[in-house]
Amino acid sequence: MEPGTITFNLAVAIPELMLAVGAMVLLMIGAFTGEKSARSMHVIAVALIAAAAAVLVYTAPEGVVFSDAFVSDRFARLMKLLVLGGSTFAIAMSYGFARHASYGRFEYPILVVLATLGMMVMISADDLIALYLGLEMQALALYVAAAINRDSLRASEAGLKYFVLGALSSGMLLYGMSLIYGFTGHTNFAGIAEAMAAERQLGEIFGIVFMLAGIAFKVSAAPFHMWTPDVYEGAPTPVTAFFAAAPKVAAMAMMIRVTYGAFEHAAADWQQIIAFLAIASMLLGAFAAIGQTNIKRLMAYSSIGHMGFALVGLAAGTQTGVSGVIIYLIIYLIMTLGTFACILAMRREDGLVEDISELSGLSRTHPMMALMLTALMFSLAGIPPLAGFWAKYFVFLAAVQAELYVLAVIGVLASVVGAFYYLRIVKIMWFDEPESGFVPMASELRLVLGVSGVFTIFYVVVAGPVSSIATGAARTFF
Amino acid sequence: MNVVGLFFYLFSAICVASAFMVIASRNPVHSVLFLILAFFNAAGLFMLMGAEFLALILIVVYVGAVAVLFLFVVMMLDVDFAELRQGVLQYLPIGGVIGIVLLVELVLVLGGLSITPEGADLVVQPIPDMAETSNIQAIGDLLYTKYVFFFQMAGLILLVAMIGAIVLTLSHRSDVKRQNTATQIGRDPATAVTLHDVKPGEGI
Repeated sequence: MEPGTITFNLAVAIPELMLAVGAMVLLMIGAFTGEKSARSMHVIAVALIAAAAAVLVYTAPEGVVFSDAFVSDRFARLMKLLVLGGSTFAIAMSYGFARHASYGRFEYPILVVLATLGMMVMISADDLIALYLGLEMQALALYVAAAINRDSLRASEAGLKYFVLGALSSGMLLYGMSLIYGFTGHTNFAGIAEAMAAERQLGEIFGIVFMLAGIAFKVSAAPFHMWTPDVYEGAPTPVTAFFAAAPKVAAMAMMIRVTYGAFEHAAADWQQIIAFLAIASMLLGAFAAIGQTNIKRLMAYSSIGHMGFALVGLAAGTQTGVSGVIIYLIIYLIMTLGTFACILAMRREDGLVEDISELSGLSRTHPMMALMLTALMFSLAGIPPLAGFWAKYFVFLAAVQAELYVLAVIGVLASVVGAFYYLRIVKIMWFDEPESGFVPMASELRLVLGVSGVFTIFYVVVAGPVSSIATGAARTFF
Repeated sequence: MNVVGLFFYLFSAICVASAFMVIASRNPVHSVLFLILAFFNAAGLFMLMGAEFLALILIVVYVGAVAVLFLFVVMMLDVDFAELRQGVLQYLPIGGVIGIVLLVELVLVLGGLSITPEGADLVVQPIPDMAETSNIQAIGDLLYTKYVFFFQMAGLILLVAMIGAIVLTLSHRSDVKRQNTATQIGRDPATAVTLHDVKPGEGI
């Protein structure tokens, strides 16, 4: 090797390269064919992401490349697969809106592809710089996606709010990173972990606090959740469906890698922070959602609560805890996509409706949709034997095993309070007088809802394989 | 005190003072001008450290492009800054308390920071020695090899920013007259010039 040259095994990063090159090709096609290509762009983008997922599963090897900044291990591959799945379904669900809505623009699928690329880099980041670059790339694409319907005042407000608060959180994250780098002398996670092994200085703990606060913004954990309801409500519904699924998984995966990778020796310090975030999020998610009448706002508080439950598993600090979080993320992703398929189907002749009361009597006008949505609501509330119950069961089990009894008890209580507003939707659907029905559900929404509903109801059948996959991925850190 | 030390304190003092003036001055245009002054002094500090490429890039990019853009934006936007400041007194107590608490915490943390005696040995020495190679080459050697991943990611982030700016601001309006270069070039004297026989005192 002569000086100035360096070789990387690019095969490790093939899925990322596919998305990067594919996004640029899509951009070229879009720029030359114009707005009329919006629908075909959706199809090509879905094919691109699906191809990247196939390559990720079948050919991409595991390894560490780019001077230890980019790692692909079992955990990263599983999380990337989830993110790719979430993005694919999110683009597919916005297909029907590409033509007749004012936000049907060819740039939207490209932005989703680029955001997905950012998320994959976040998941694979083994270095502070890579982490920040991935995060910023994902966030920038999301800010634009939130405001993509620029004729709508609420969408523009949502985009601006997201941007300002996101920039603030990035500032906190960067400040934390600078403290970590200053006190440990490393940007690489392995180096940071090694430097922290002996003794920890106060500055390192400050860095951990600032970094976790910055990441908590991204997973919308209370008390850093303020942007979530407004952005969810203001952004166009297909965009909200995307926001609620894949970015949450990516940010949570990043949090796991930061806490268990870089800060593994500082577990005693970050555990209390995570436990506080978990308690605050669970309680806020349970109580603040009660008064909501807009279903998108309700889902925003619901997602805050669910991130709180997932953080319970993270706070446990054990392998069971991490595998619990992974199972939670898998189930959360699928439930959320299914619920948003229903929300996107709440459409009358004159457009989308978002009020919960619009669902009244759904069981008589659209029995199948009502049945599936009921299953999803029971699952979100955590009622056995549906998927959502098992998700909560594994994180609480991990918390109890780690002797975090207070956390587990508060979690169960918050889950009971939260059940109220999920059950209220079920009551509205089955026992209220029907309103005029919605327009028939588009086939891509039926597909997503069907897959999600069947998974939720028959989770016990696949529970064994899912658990073993999650355990295998969690073993990466232990 | 040698000359380098003198310049270091000169540049840093002006830099800190002008940074303070950025947030303290009443006129936003003055704020931007102070920002430019701060950039110039930061460039001077880079120069003292022997990073002449970074110093010049700072001036070219930040002063030449970013700050001038700021200046344009500030001049074009019709923002009443006096009105924006009206709420300040109302929120000053709570904001001040939070600020002081944070400041005390940070001083406590960073005040306990001491530089270890062996710290000087830990400083990474550039390879090859800076006496043999130029600044630009040293940066390029690292940026395009070890850090190529970060460099490409940064490029992609800029691409996202560009797409975003176009998506959010570019609009094709149909009710405006546009220049059509093809028809302009395609005109010849036969279609462009007409002769009128104008009678005296009548006009066309």
